[in-house]
Formats: sequence, structure tokens, C-alpha cells
Amino acid sequence: MSKYLQLSGLEAVTITPNSNFVNVGERTNVTGSAKFLKLIKEDKFEEALEVALDQVRGGAQVIDVNMDEGMLDSKAAMVKFLNLMAAEPEIAIVPVMVDSSKWEVIEAGLKCLQGKGIVNSISLKAGEEEFIRQAKLVKRYGAAVVVMAFDEDGQADTYERRISICKRAYDILVNEVKLPPQDIIFDPNIFPVATGIEEHRNYALDFFRAAKWIRTNLPHAHVSGGVSNVSFSFRGNQKVREAMHAAFLYHAIQNGMDMGIVNPTMLEVYDEIEKELLERVEDVLLNRRDDATERLLEYAETVKGSAKKKEVDDEWRKGPVEERITHALVKGIIDFIDQDTEEARVKYGKPLNVIEGPLMAGMNVVGDLFGAGKMFLPQVVKSARVMKKSVAYLTPFLEEEKRRSGTTSKPAAKILLATVKGDVHDIGKNIVGVVLACNNYDIVDLGVMVPTEKIIEAAKREKVDVIGLSGLITPSLDEMVHVAKEMQREKLSLPLLIGGATTSRIHTAVKIDPVYDGPVVHVLDASRSVPVASELISPETRGAFKAKVKDEYVKMRTEHASRQQAKNYIPLQEARDNKVKIDWNATQHTKPVFIGRREFISYPLDELRKYIDWTPFFQTWMLAGRYPGILKDSVVGAEAKKLFDDANKMLDDIIKDKSLQANGVVAFYAAQSAVDDVKLFKQQGDDQEFATVHFLRQQNKKAQNLPNFCLSDFVSPEKGKDYFGMFAVTAGLGIEKLLAKFKANHDDYSDIMAKALADRLAEAFAEALHEKVRKELWGYAKDEHLTNEELIDEAYKGIRPAPGYPACPDHTEKKLIFELLEAEKVGITLTESYAMWPGAAVSGYYFSHPDSKYFGLGKIDKDQVADYAKRKGMSVEDVERWLAPVLGY
Amino acid sequence: MKIEDILKQRILILDGAMGTMIQRHKLEEKDFRGEILKDHPHPLKGNNDLLSITRPDIIKDIHRQYFEAGADMVETNTFGSTTVAQADYHLEHLVYEINYQAAKIAREVADEVTAKDPARPRFVAGSMGPTTKLSSMSPDVNNPGYRAITFDELVVAFKQQAKGLIDGGVDTLLLETITDTLNVKAALFAIQELFEETGKTLPVMVSGTITDASGRILSGQTAEAFLISVSHVPLLSIGLNCAMGAAALRPYLQVLNERAPFFVSAYPNAGLPNEFGHYDQTPDQMAAEVEEYLKEGLVNIVGGCCGSTPDHIRKIAEVAKKYKPREVVLENV
Repeated sequence: MSKYLQLSGLEAVTITPNSNFVNVGERTNVTGSAKFLKLIKEDKFEEALEVALDQVRGGAQVIDVNMDEGMLDSKAAMVKFLNLMAAEPEIAIVPVMVDSSKWEVIEAGLKCLQGKGIVNSISLKAGEEEFIRQAKLVKRYGAAVVVMAFDEDGQADTYERRISICKRAYDILVNEVKLPPQDIIFDPNIFPVATGIEEHRNYALDFFRAAKWIRTNLPHAHVSGGVSNVSFSFRGNQKVREAMHAAFLYHAIQNGMDMGIVNPTMLEVYDEIEKELLERVEDVLLNRRDDATERLLEYAETVKGSAKKKEVDDEWRKGPVEERITHALVKGIIDFIDQDTEEARVKYGKPLNVIEGPLMAGMNVVGDLFGAGKMFLPQVVKSARVMKKSVAYLTPFLEEEKRRSGTTSKPAAKILLATVKGDVHDIGKNIVGVVLACNNYDIVDLGVMVPTEKIIEAAKREKVDVIGLSGLITPSLDEMVHVAKEMQREKLSLPLLIGGATTSRIHTAVKIDPVYDGPVVHVLDASRSVPVASELISPETRGAFKAKVKDEYVKMRTEHASRQQAKNYIPLQEARDNKVKIDWNATQHTKPVFIGRREFISYPLDELRKYIDWTPFFQTWMLAGRYPGILKDSVVGAEAKKLFDDANKMLDDIIKDKSLQANGVVAFYAAQSAVDDVKLFKQQGDDQEFATVHFLRQQNKKAQNLPNFCLSDFVSPEKGKDYFGMFAVTAGLGIEKLLAKFKANHDDYSDIMAKALADRLAEAFAEALHEKVRKELWGYAKDEHLTNEELIDEAYKGIRPAPGYPACPDHTEKKLIFELLEAEKVGITLTESYAMWPGAAVSGYYFSHPDSKYFGLGKIDKDQVADYAKRKGMSVEDVERWLAPVLGY
Repeated sequence: MKIEDILKQRILILDGAMGTMIQRHKLEEKDFRGEILKDHPHPLKGNNDLLSITRPDIIKDIHRQYFEAGADMVETNTFGSTTVAQADYHLEHLVYEINYQAAKIAREVADEVTAKDPARPRFVAGSMGPTTKLSSMSPDVNNPGYRAITFDELVVAFKQQAKGLIDGGVDTLLLETITDTLNVKAALFAIQELFEETGKTLPVMVSGTITDASGRILSGQTAEAFLISVSHVPLLSIGLNCAMGAAALRPYLQVLNERAPFFVSAYPNAGLPNEFGHYDQTPDQMAAEVEEYLKEGLVNIVGGCCGSTPDHIRKIAEVAKKYKPREVVLENV
């Protein structure tokens, strides 16, 4: 067994001879802190937690919690506070010292600790039997223990009594209770000195001597104590007290004290104590002069009240400029970066040296922390913002220097990023850009809707080392294949990275990798982009990495091919025969309030805010978990909360400044299903349909009683009965202006945030409008009363599937929706790839039948593709191109 | 021969999944009820632990298959046999009986197999799961100080379970799939009390679960903090099981290997479940991943958790034969 004291909160603490001194935070103690007592008495536990957090942030390695006060239910307060502390990961990280003079309070506290804590304290005060009983329980609960130098005759106040009691306790604990000796911490009593009482003169000195004796004679045991006791006579004179604490600790540590209950945020540094004060303090502690007490009192009079309370938060400003820059980068603090950059520039002579020196060093720390999972994406984005601001500050100097010397600096590896043609989504791509930039890659970002030629041209011109393609909608998959083919034709050998929501390893392996001889790698998320890029760029690893990935992809292709053969499809006609059975005779049809289209311009954003589903917002930031639980998550909770607060702040501004506009349009028509199509009529009773919506049918072999779904099944096949709706909404109008502002400030964080919020608002708009449709505009569910959670869980009647999504994956059907809705009149248009612009937009159909439900189409076979092409008047090749992801052959 | 002596000589093989094997039988409500619970007013289908009483033939057969595949030790079918977990089925009153019977039938199979080959004794570990409630986390985000169960309640529940298992004849107690260290501390507290009261002591094994890539158990502790929190009891072994599959466990086994003054165990899932909730990892694949840590000498005990079958255990046992067990260094820090 290890002979070092090991403790744990959420993380491990091992106290080795090199640990020097363990700070036990003392402020969460009602007997020592009036403020803490007040908070507990007034039941303000939330604020009391701040006290604990302050202690941890101030450097406490263990937190002492004491609730011994006559007016308190100490046991209940202890349990409540420890349970609350356990829910705060930043506090729970450190071990707890359960501090009480009442055993029952200690025991209640121990029952709340998942880690190994410390009991403070037990002693021989009530005799050996009780001492042994308590010590056995300490062992059974799995804690270390502070043993006070106290016995049946009282508290030890001399050197001799201290050591004899500690020896007696040690022997009992080690030999009889079999407690590991390293789990024993002696508190040989720190008493006030300079009290004017003769017997107290040696108190400090005796403590030092006892500490030394214990550490020499009681193997593996530790020495601790409550340091503030020593200065009790100088209450109210913080300066003298702090000097006494520092000097006391200095000598105690020299003599082997290795743990102490202190206020870590208020510790003076021994070397910084004024010389005269230090001399007088040490005269008292070491009992060096007869008039030591008088001389210290004299001095104390002159400095009364000039206590110095350090501002912990600003402490980092005192370090050297390199440390300040690192701190600012890690913490994402932008306030001082210009002045620190200037200071570094002067110190390092050349601006480039600042970038390659302290800025790089700081970003390496950020990269390491991110890689180790100790920083989260939103924090990294903030770091990048600080970095960019610093570089922006240096840029004029750099250019001036280049102009004078005519030289160019050594370039960092360059990575080109682009969202492919037809696709307007770039949040993910921007995140990847930020993360890579943080790792010192030079990013050439071509933006969205970038045609292949432009990508290849830019890659050559900029001499990039890697090309990264991004895309969110399914047609982008084909576009990526196209880019890869063109790269091959142009005889490029650059690595190609593939990322984005619809991309997958299997698609990359089966469709993209075979058409390009250079390395092709699918990157699952932003955090993987760094290791992949570095492997691909370094000449040492590049070859092996490429071979490994190519190999994997070949394997995946082979497996895929063999799986395909086993796939089981039924003929289209059989699938149609197995359609969803709906009893149309029993169906009540409701007529919408209007037929034709209706616009909604500048829909109130504060209205939409209530409908926001926050869970996907956190996914955008790569924080996993469902809202609202994620805000309390032990790992990402703090970050999620911050993100959530920032988002709401920005949302407040957006609503106040009206910087985003939400427009939408809805239309209803009379409708009749015809096999897999839905025919639309200008009014009920028309003979001839004026438009037809085309759907696809599931074609995989189904288990018994399960139908082969098609959306048309949810519309009545009888003429003159049913209705059908469609909609398009956006919340992204005006976003360019908003983003331009953030770009100017190098503020990627706000840039990504604004886009993510616009997306959320657009989804919220779709949700809000759907509710309005159900309750008023179509009005088939007038009595519906659902909470936002129920809305998110789609507990309502009827559905609103969108083209491009699983039930109807064909994006080209958006064309008809947009034509009928005349969506461009409200500001929403389609790109040539049928992506919507602005990007923060949603469009789709409304089905009202209570049996209608969302489903995934799955793969379809050749016969359906041919039939669909005929119905739509498209060539089979075109259909195959658009439906590539769902082709089962 | 005692378990401790065997562990010094070779790698001990634990069994694989119980639930996966039970699923193969496509059991119905009536199988779970048996005769004794035919009038129980609540549904019982899915309460696998109950089968030790109502369908002991199936459970015994599963134990036998694992022994025949090469397991040295099987786990009793008692993962959820505490009053806390059985409350879902309103069967708190049967908890002692379930544990006792489960231990008894596992003991019978172990003895029967040992009798055929006395040179190789077979063992029974009494499985004690985490229960269904956490004692150091609140289930209510708006009330972080709330606890669904207390330490004292857990002590009572675990003590009762341990008593049933010991009376039924298990060789060791295995606290497994630990998601909250405070729960397991309560179990250890209960076991120590029981040992003191009965004067009979059994080896205790502890196995935690690291649920995601953060490398922490659900209640937030790192592997090292977890180890420190349970080291006050002289354990037979500490290890990890379930969760993410064999390969993903490796970094955390390395921590235990470096720091633990006990034997180290690992019995991962057969990979990750696919989108249908099935485990696709083949015996060869799983054995290959397990072999990685055998090569490094990280473990003393290996086996399988969710998704693993006698075929997986057979492969793992074959591979394990080739390697020496990890050496336990008592002065580990």
C-alpha cells in the first residue's frame, strides 16, 4: 500500500514529500467566518457555495466545512451544504474536510462524500474506548483523520504533553485500529501568542518543536493546524495578522507541518513581509526577546486598519507578460490583450517573434487543454478571438517591417476550407476554421457555395497543404465527389478532408475515396480536425497515415458491397399494395380558413423565442446533452450555462435592435392522393389539378403488419374531401449586417453564435407557425394545449415534413413549394442545388391526418427510381444524382 | 486452491453477459412468474434476477455454458437483487430469497464442474449491481441538493443482498458497474459490518464503469479518484466493466495498473451496441481488443459484460492462456 496520504474529490490528491504544503480552505466555517455564518443562518446556501468556490479558485486543495453553531441544526446544515457542493463540479473536484466537534455531525457528513475526505477531528478527550470506536468508523467510511492533541486531562499546551498524547494516539490507531499511518494527521494545537500572558510565550515555538518530533518519530503521519488562531490577539489588524500567519507557516513548514487550515486567498508571501514587521513578528513567534509582544503591539498601532485584501481576479495581471498572454488566451479575456501585445512587441523586438513566441506558446496550452478535454469548444473560440485581436494589433507592425526588409516570413501550414457549391451552411466549417487556427494553421476560407474551379484555383494559387470541404445538405455529397474527381483530373495530390452533417465515413469510403488518389479523410467533428491535419501535413507521418486510411476505406467498401447484395427490396407494386391503411370514411376533414397563400412579415421575435428548442443549439457547439439538463451537467454544465447566457444576451440585443427579421408564408389547397402523388386543386370541386406533389415510398421488406410508408398515404384518395398545406419560413433576414460587425471585431464566437441563433429562430418559427396552423389557420386541432417540451417531442396531431429530410429526401421538390408559395416575395430563395437562402430557413408540407407520422424512407430500388423519373418528367440519371444517398443499388 | 494463489499464477477468466443469454430464450411473462408468483399483481417480465427462482434450469445452463467455455468464475444472476431495484417489481420481500437461490444454483453448477476436473476449481462471484438510484447526485436539476436515496438506506439494502449471497455459498462478492462511488462506499460499509457481525470474511471485488470519453464514472470521478475512494478496504481486485467496449477501457486500466495495490480486472462489453441495440462485435474482434491489454500486462482478471457470450469467453480464455498476469506491486503510488 502506498505510504502517501491519498485523498479524492472528483479528482485525486496525493500528498508526497514534494507537495510542500496543503492548503485547507477555512472560509466555509461558521465559527471562523461571520459572513459564511450569516449566509447559512439566512438559508442562502447558493451564495454560501460561492464562498467555497472562491476558496478553490484561490488555491485551496481541500475544503474545510464546519457548521458548529448553537443556533444551527448543524447536522442538517452539514448534509445540505455537502450535497450542494457535490453538485458543483468546480468545487467537488477537491476533497472535503468534515469539521465538527460533534461526532454525529461528522458521521452525517461522511455519508455524503463519494471521495475520500478527512475527518476533523477526533481525540482522546473522552477516553480510549470512544476514540477507538470513532477511529474504526473513520476507517470503515474510508476517510483520513485529524487527531487533536487532547486527552482526558485536556488540551496539550506544552511540548511534552503534545508529543506524549500524539504518540499514544498514534500507537492505538496504527496497532489496534489498523488505520494506515499516512491517513493520520496530527493537530498539535496552534494557540494565540502575544497575549501578554507569560505562559503563552512558548506556544508557537512548542508547536514547531512538536511538529518536528511528530514528523521524525511517528512514521508517515502528517501535521496540520488552524493557522489563524496564532494571531487571535490582533483581531481587526489584518496586516499584522497576515504577516503572523505567513511567518508562522514559514517556520512550521520548515519543521514539518505539511497541511494547514488557512484562507488561501489572503496569504501574504513570507518574502514580501516588510522587514521591520517580520522581525517583530518572528521575535514573538520564536520568543526571542522579553519585550517582543510590546514591540509588536507598538508596531500594530501604526498600521491599524491598513489591511490589504487581494483581488484574486486581478492577481494574474502581476505575472510576466508571457504568462499574462497565456492566461488571457486560456481564459478568453480580451480586455488587456492590446496592451499586453504591445508590451511583448517592445520586449521581443519584432512582431513576428511575439506571434511565434508567447502567442504560439499560449495557443499551444489552449490546444493541449482542448485535446485533453479540459477546455470546451466555446472557450476555444473565445481564445481564438483573443489571438486574432492580438495578431490584428501586430499586423500593421508586421507589414511595416516587411516593407522595410522586403523579406517574407516562414509560412505556417495552410488549410483551405470551403462549403461546396449549392450549399450555404457554414457554422460547422467556421468552427473547424477556428479550431485549426488555434493550432497555428493558416486558414484560407473561401466561404459558402464555392464552385469546384474556384476551390482548385485557390488551392494552387495559395499553395495550400490541405483542402477541407464542408456541406450540410445531401446534394453536397455529390458535389464533394465532383470536387474530388476534378482534383484527380488536375493531378493534385493534396489531402482532402470531408466534413459536415450529412457526410459520413461510409460515404467518403464508398464514393469519394475511390475517385481520388490523394489522401481522403472523413473528419467526424472539429476536435478531430487537428490531429488529422497534423498527421497529413507532417512529412514523417503523412505516408503511413494515408496508407492506413486508404486501407480502412477499401475494407469498408468491400464490406459495404457484400452487405448490399444481401439487401432485400420488394417490387414497387407490392410496396404500394402494402400502403398505410386509413379508414377514410371515419375521417373528419377540416377546411382551412383560407385557400391559397398568406404571408407573415416581421413575425415578432420575442414570440418565437418561447418556441426555441435549445438542444440542437448545444449540439452546434459540440456540447452533448439535452436541454435543460445540460446546464447542470457535471462535465459541460458550466460551459453550457455560459453559452446559454451569452445566447440569451445576444437574443435580447437582436430583439431590441430588430437586427434579424422573420418572414414566412403558408398556403393551403384542396387535395387528393393518387398512388404516391398528391394532386392539388385551386378549390374543392375543380376537375383538373393545377399542381402535383411527388413522394417516394418505402421499399424494404417489412415485418408482418408494418406498412410501406409514403407521405401520400396520409391524404384522402377521394376527390373533393381533403386539404394539404405547405410553408416556408426564415429568421435570417438581415444577418449579413450583423455578421459584418462581428467579422470586423474578429469575433468568431459571436459570428457562430448569431448564425446558430438564426437557425434556432427559424426552427422556432416553423414550430410556432405549425401550432398556429393546427389551432387557427387550418384549425383541425383547435383544442390543443401543449407545453414547449411536448412541442419539441412532437406530441401534436399532424406533421410538417421537409423535403431533404428522411420521409421525403428529394430536395428538388422544394421547387414546387417555392413556386406555389411565391417564397421569394418574403425574401426566401432557392440556390441551384435547392438549398434555401438565407440559410436559417425551413420549408415543408403540412399533413393533418391524426395517423400521419414521421418515418425514414430507407433505400429504394431501380423500379421506383424509373417510375419517379417518369412522374416528375426528369431523366433517370438526374433522379439518381439527386437521390444518390437513398439508392439501394 | 485459493483464488489469491491462482491469481498469482495466471489470468483468471470471468464469465460473459447474463442478459444476452437470457434473451435467447424469448421468455414470456409466465416464465418469470413461475408458480410462486402467478398471482403477483404487477408485471414481472424482464426481471431477469427472478429467473433464479422461477426458471433455475435456464440460469444453471447459462452458468454451465460459461464454465465449459473456459470461465474460472461465474457471476450470480443477482445484478438487480436489492430492495432498491426490486421495488420496481414490488418484490422487495423476495430479495433475500432471490440472492440465496441464485448463489445456491451457481454454487451447484460450479461444484459439479469442479468435480469433473478437481485440479481446476471453479468459483462463484456474488454480483451486486449499483441499484437504480444515485446517492451523490440529484435526479432533479432544479434541486441539486436533493438525493433519491441515502447512504443509510443503501447500507441496509446491500447488507441484505450480501447476506443472501454469502448464505447461498458464493466465494467472493463483486460490486460491479459502479456509476456512483458513494453507492459503492455504502456497499463496502455494509459488507464490512456484515463481516464483523458474522465473523466470516470473503474476498471483495470492485468494478467501476466509465461511461464516456471524459474518462470519468457517471458521478464525476476520475479512475484514480475512484481507486482512492475505495482503497480503505483490502480488496481482492479493482477494475472496470461494461460501458464502451474493450479498446476504450484501456487508458483507464493503465491508470489502475499503475496505481492499484490490488489485482486488476476488466470485463468490457462486446463493443458498442448498434442502432438496434445489438452488440455486433465477434468473439475474434473482442478477443483481439482484450489481447492488447494482456500484452501490456495490465490485468489479472478478464471476462465479458453486455453482448458477450460463451463463444466470446472461449476466445478470450484461449488468448489469455498465452499471457502472464499483471504483477501486483504493493508500494504503487
